[in-house]
Amino acid sequence: MEIIEILIVGTNQPIMETIERLINKDGIWKATIAFSEDEALAYLTEREFKMVLLCAGLSEELLLKDQLLHLKPNLPIVKHYGGGSGLLFAEIHQVLGAT
Amino acid sequence: MAQTVVHKANTRGVADHGWLKSYQSFSFAGYYNPDRINFGALRVLNDDIVTGGMGFGEHPHDNMEIISIPLEGELQHKDSMGNVATIKAGEIQVMSAGTGIYHSEYNSDPNQPAKFLQIWLFPNQRNVTPRYDQIVLDKTNKRNEFSQILSPDATDDGVWIYQNAWFNLAKFDQNTSKSYEFHQKSNGLYIFVLQGKILVSGQTLEARDGFGIWDTDSVEIKATADAEFLLMEVPMEF
Repeated sequence: MEIIEILIVGTNQPIMETIERLINKDGIWKATIAFSEDEALAYLTEREFKMVLLCAGLSEELLLKDQLLHLKPNLPIVKHYGGGSGLLFAEIHQVLGAT
Repeated sequence: MAQTVVHKANTRGVADHGWLKSYQSFSFAGYYNPDRINFGALRVLNDDIVTGGMGFGEHPHDNMEIISIPLEGELQHKDSMGNVATIKAGEIQVMSAGTGIYHSEYNSDPNQPAKFLQIWLFPNQRNVTPRYDQIVLDKTNKRNEFSQILSPDATDDGVWIYQNAWFNLAKFDQNTSKSYEFHQKSNGLYIFVLQGKILVSGQTLEARDGFGIWDTDSVEIKATADAEFLLMEVPMEF
């Protein structure tokens, strides 16, 4: 079974770890955390992801989104809201269901 | 021409965790319905019942405006900003979660369930400094008018949030009819009936029904039985 790789980008470490745990819990999705814009770009250069979630704390969200799309033009990039399980699964399902 | 959507009470998602029973008007946590994601900036409307002595352990939030309106009982709130408070029926609490906040909510009364509405709106600014506020609502028990409890303006009635939204509570006697005038024509209005029965745009709404209307600048609301309802005017584009 293919495990779906999701890149999550944000600066609030405890919240990022919570989101990672939530995404990973069923073994169907796998989250990789990037704590900075540079880290996110480095990951995307090296690996394939099905989608990117932009989480709290990024100072240049729009710029990062442009840079990520420049690297991977068709990559779904979604702003994550909520910081926990409330909205997370719907945000992922909306993308994965559409791709 | 006005557009409308009806969400009958029995079409909501339901999560029963034993200590928590949550009726969810929009997709939340394990409840996913692609046709029920949001109404404009209104993203979460959860109608929660927490068993006495139980509650939500510490958990995170970010980048949402989180509004809690207790209907019965009370909740003990503690958060990572150092706020410790009790919120009870007749009050309203707001957290602008911004860059991130942790909090817990407990029903410390072992003998009574706590019933409350948890409402989340998308903010009009991301990554704000987190903030907390809580006020007692007007105790004069006004009837047959709209009482504002939330707005974008810190100097206006009610609490304020980072979004161009206005909330009103209303208690109407049977046969009372009033027109709600939108603050911004580009906004939509979501009505949630707490109890009783109202008639809006030809649609009869009963307890815990939701109704959204947009592409209009006013809406007539008539109580066909004594009724209590919440009006949430929110941006449709944000």
